Amino acid sequence: MSFDQFSGTASYIASDELRHAVNVAVALARPLLVRGEPGTGKTLLAENVARALGLPLLRWHVKSTTKAKEGLYVYDTVARLHDSRFGDGDVKDIARYIRLGPLGLALAADHRVVLLIDEIDKADLEFPNDLLLELDAMRFRIDETGREVVAQERPIVIITSNNEKELPDAFLRRCVFHYIEFPGRELMQRIVRVHHPDLEDKVLDQALEVFYGLRATPKLRKRPTTSELIDWICALRKAGVDLGRVGGGIPFLGTLIKTEQDVELVGKRAKA
Amino acid sequence: MLVDFLFELRRHKLKVSTHEWQALMEALALGLHDSSLDGFYHLARAVCVKDITEYDAFDQAFLAYFKDVKADALALTRELEAWLTDPRLLAGLTDEQRRALQALDLDKLRQLFEQRLREQKERHDGGNRWIGTGGTSPFGNSGVNPSGIRVGGSGGGRSAMQVAEERRWKEYRKDVSLDVRQIDVALRGLRQLGRDGADEELDLDETVDETCKNAGDLELVYRPPRRNRVKVILLMDVGGSMDPHAELASRLFTAASRAGRFARFRSYYFHNCVYETVYEDAAFKKKVPVAELISHSDRDEKLVVLGDALMHPAELLDPGGAIYYYASNRTPGLEWLRRLAAHFRRAAWLNPEPDRYWGGTTVEVIASVFPMWQLTLEGLAGAVRYLVRGGARPAVPNPSNWVKLGLG
Ligand SMILES: Nc1ncnc2c1ncn2[C@@H]1O[C@H](COP(=O)(O)OP(=O)(O)OP(=O)(O)O)[C@@H](O)[C@H]1O
Ligand SMILES: [Mg+2]
Repeated sequence: MSFDQFSGTASYIASDELRHAVNVAVALARPLLVRGEPGTGKTLLAENVARALGLPLLRWHVKSTTKAKEGLYVYDTVARLHDSRFGDGDVKDIARYIRLGPLGLALAADHRVVLLIDEIDKADLEFPNDLLLELDAMRFRIDETGREVVAQERPIVIITSNNEKELPDAFLRRCVFHYIEFPGRELMQRIVRVHHPDLEDKVLDQALEVFYGLRATPKLRKRPTTSELIDWICALRKAGVDLGRVGGGIPFLGTLIKTEQDVELVGKRAKA
Repeated sequence: MLVDFLFELRRHKLKVSTHEWQALMEALALGLHDSSLDGFYHLARAVCVKDITEYDAFDQAFLAYFKDVKADALALTRELEAWLTDPRLLAGLTDEQRRALQALDLDKLRQLFEQRLREQKERHDGGNRWIGTGGTSPFGNSGVNPSGIRVGGSGGGRSAMQVAEERRWKEYRKDVSLDVRQIDVALRGLRQLGRDGADEELDLDETVDETCKNAGDLELVYRPPRRNRVKVILLMDVGGSMDPHAELASRLFTAASRAGRFARFRSYYFHNCVYETVYEDAAFKKKVPVAELISHSDRDEKLVVLGDALMHPAELLDPGGAIYYYASNRTPGLEWLRRLAAHFRRAAWLNPEPDRYWGGTTVEVIASVFPMWQLTLEGLAGAVRYLVRGGARPAVPNPSNWVKLGLG
């Protein structure tokens, strides 16, 4: 495979740096760790890498209770006990009760896949360390059946995280890292265009003016993000609001700013 | 000389491991730097740096290393020569890389380089090409990548050098004492396991036993999962002199409030000193009387106070001393602190202020009521140990006469 495979898709706008990072990770066959403010398209990236390369996507959405081993497989002992008790199916065949998780499926696949490990920071502290061996060797063993699963082609692994400095060093060393910077105006224009292709230039300019102004408000607890901007523009259009005409406050502020304190803060500054 | 870049990175306190350095070499051999300095900048950063808080240090290292490349290309030839001839500098290379280097013809290299310099003078374009290595990239191990590195101008946009010069990641820099992960790891010690709650977990051993007793008929036994029994109350000083520590405080909060960490976690806020009320929110809207907090809390809950314990002595010792307080506090702050400390079997005070500044201030007085640790990795570990297992309270460092007088 040649370098420079990923260049974004029609519905996903990637900066040059992000494209480069994806291509480096793919070429080096190392997991790509992406961080960035919420709503900067971290999760969406994996979908679009898969689409751009024409590969299937496997998602592993990590929760606080997720264990690393579940990503490989679970042995459904209860189902087996149940079957032995009620005589359904062939209980001698343990393999029937082994269910592969997303990582297991990615390694067992007979073709290359994209694996998304979303929000890895949600799990236990040691979770990433428990994945090291499998991510390095790209193989694992199912102890119950003795089956050895070896990846035929290294999956492209994309990992997202919201928190900084939360992941163990040993894990970080193996990743290629990219921080998705909050998009500047030009990039944002293109992102919004993906979702609102027929938006007038003037309207978009006005919306971005308000949006970036709002983001620059000091002491804001949660600054509005891309997805909120897109929703907000949606609301403005549905209601037919002309930003050039309305004076005073920002219409549908609630779609952009979600906490009461922030709404208050923005209100105070508008009056001042 | 690229090895020097590694040393430059390390000099800027970036923990670049051999693992990462090898990946970078591999990437260069694959040509992933796109034969440009810009490409190299992004490649090296993606491979070697894993946190935006370290991007700025990377920019600095990059500037320090490559500014000479731009400013004085001749010096570079000399540097390159030295590097090629001094084996000590090669210590960091793999055998393969060393062999590739030895195969490099130095004279030819210099020739090429001087030619480049001439070209640049002729073209008057300010010089935007670095050295071509004459067909063998020192780090390409099979000679497949005859690429030199260009300085700047990869067509459109700003060059890596300009980007690095902007130092745009400066504000993300955090040369801090404790990050969330370290706090997280320390707080893991705050644990007393036990089985409480609903039967949710299959008890395999019991199930086997019971099934046997049942003559082979399946008898499933469930039990409550093992959980942390520790309950924590976090009391945080906010505003005023605590402002510089706000980031650290929020990290402690993030780590402590993590779901499932403790059997119960509550947090309250105060300003400067605790008087008869604390607040549920940092905006000081929802009042909670301290008397109520005490009566609603089990003695075995762990009380953790985070504050600098620094105030005017009157605010701590005098009735009505509260400056930020509307109601007149008839009971002095110190008395409220004593009541809290007395109610809980184990309480700890974490102080973000370095302990060398504690002497001769209200910190000493409060440290005589609450066992106090400086909020460092070591201090936090000490506090956790004390909260779980008890033991000796830390001594107040060099108590001053002021305290003795102040306490009367
Ligand atoms: N580069 C982009 N191109 C197109 N749409 C984008 C882009 N970035 C963000 N969006 C929009 O923002 C929404 C949020 O993106 P996504 O869920 O991937 O963010 P995230 O970074 O994973 O956020 P979180 O941290 O909250 O999980 C997307 O559904 C999409 O509508
Ligand atoms: Mg996401």
